[in-house]
Amino acid sequence: MNYNWDWNIFFKSTGIGSEIYLDWFISGLGWTIAVALVAWIAALAIGSVLGVMRTLPGKVLPAIATAYVELFRNVPLLVQLFMWYFVVPDYLPEATQIWFKQELNPATSAYISVVVCLALFTAARVCEQVRTGIQALPRGQSAAALAVGFSIGQTYRYVLLPQAFRVIIPPLTSEFLNIFKNSSVASLIGLMELLAQTKQTAEFSANIFEAFTLATVIYFVLNMSLMTLMNLIEKKVRIPGMMGGAK
Amino acid sequence: MDFSQIIPSLPSLWDGMKLTLQLLALAVLGGIVLGTVLALARMSSNTVLSGLAKAYVNYFRSIPLLLVITWFYLAVPMILNWITGEFIAVGAFTSCLVAFVMFEAAYYCEIVRAGIQSISKGQLNAAYALGMNYGQAMRLIMLPQAFRKMTPLLLQQSIILFQDTSLVYAVGLIDFLNAARARGDIMGQSHEFLIFAGAVYFVISFGASTVVKRLQKRLAV
Repeated sequence: MNYNWDWNIFFKSTGIGSEIYLDWFISGLGWTIAVALVAWIAALAIGSVLGVMRTLPGKVLPAIATAYVELFRNVPLLVQLFMWYFVVPDYLPEATQIWFKQELNPATSAYISVVVCLALFTAARVCEQVRTGIQALPRGQSAAALAVGFSIGQTYRYVLLPQAFRVIIPPLTSEFLNIFKNSSVASLIGLMELLAQTKQTAEFSANIFEAFTLATVIYFVLNMSLMTLMNLIEKKVRIPGMMGGAK
Repeated sequence: MDFSQIIPSLPSLWDGMKLTLQLLALAVLGGIVLGTVLALARMSSNTVLSGLAKAYVNYFRSIPLLLVITWFYLAVPMILNWITGEFIAVGAFTSCLVAFVMFEAAYYCEIVRAGIQSISKGQLNAAYALGMNYGQAMRLIMLPQAFRKMTPLLLQQSIILFQDTSLVYAVGLIDFLNAARARGDIMGQSHEFLIFAGAVYFVISFGASTVVKRLQKRLAV
């Protein structure tokens, strides 16, 4: 066995400028959070619209939403990422293409691709949760809203969605955590997020185990804090005596 | 768009697909076996054992699969070197397989646990009353019923695993996706090959999940 354990490695110089290895991890974590949060907000918005579409009366809108979900759920994330990074930019208008490929710095164009990819990928999953949440409500809810003269829009806005979102907080939480984990694919198109920085540290310092242990701890702590946060939100918005509030 | 080179490239793409399917089959098998052991450990009355199993599951569920794949790719040869004292060349395939089995076991564990818990306790009590020991009760009574119930969920998880095998791209293993990428680059049709790969993944996953949904309806009482 010729492995030199060195837990102080994170405070040692990387040999590049005055950076220590810990700086790499911090900047990696920053990118991971920046990717995941922005993609999550977009996924939540798109997914909610799609989820509502799937529950609307009529045929066309639900069919479009269903097709979207099937398409984005059955193609591997990595294939989707390569599409957004390598294929789609080539079909943009010429001016946008030049901007994306030449004027932006490589990290920014990788960042845009990853965020678009994760947002659309996760939206399909959010859509399914929103649909399940709406369909889990008693039918009387929408019937009653329509009977007192609400329009379809008002029914969703004031009656169905406020209840549905409360019910689906737990499954949404796990999608929220997934988007952080999934953001690690960004390392494969050269974005220096947490996993990429970990790999780089392992290769530069040869302290593989320390580097990956720290990365694991960071992901673990991130997960735990997000879960605690979501539990707090769930408790805070709970309506006493109502569905989901009784538990 | 020019898809003309896909047909002549089918043999090399098929080689990639064979690796994907091999990895999938072994990972599903290993994952379910290890997942079942973990599920039994988690439900054990021994608090140390159940605590360890719980920690294992929480650990693997909170880190990205890609991190596990990358880590194992670097670490498995080293660990083997420590254990045996000599250098053994472990291929990327083996280290990926170990990563998938250990990672997916955490997810399969939760499915198996839910499956066993959905079988009424009376079954277990009846088995004990007949004089069976724990092993017999699990093997002959509980697990066969639980597995029948959870087949659709296990299959669904395996479809997700099928898609996730594409992540072996990270360590340079030539699976289906990587074969399509490499071949597309050689042929100068990288876009077309990528779209083709996506379509193949889609058809297989969509077809399989349609079958699973049907199975679920048939199994539902």
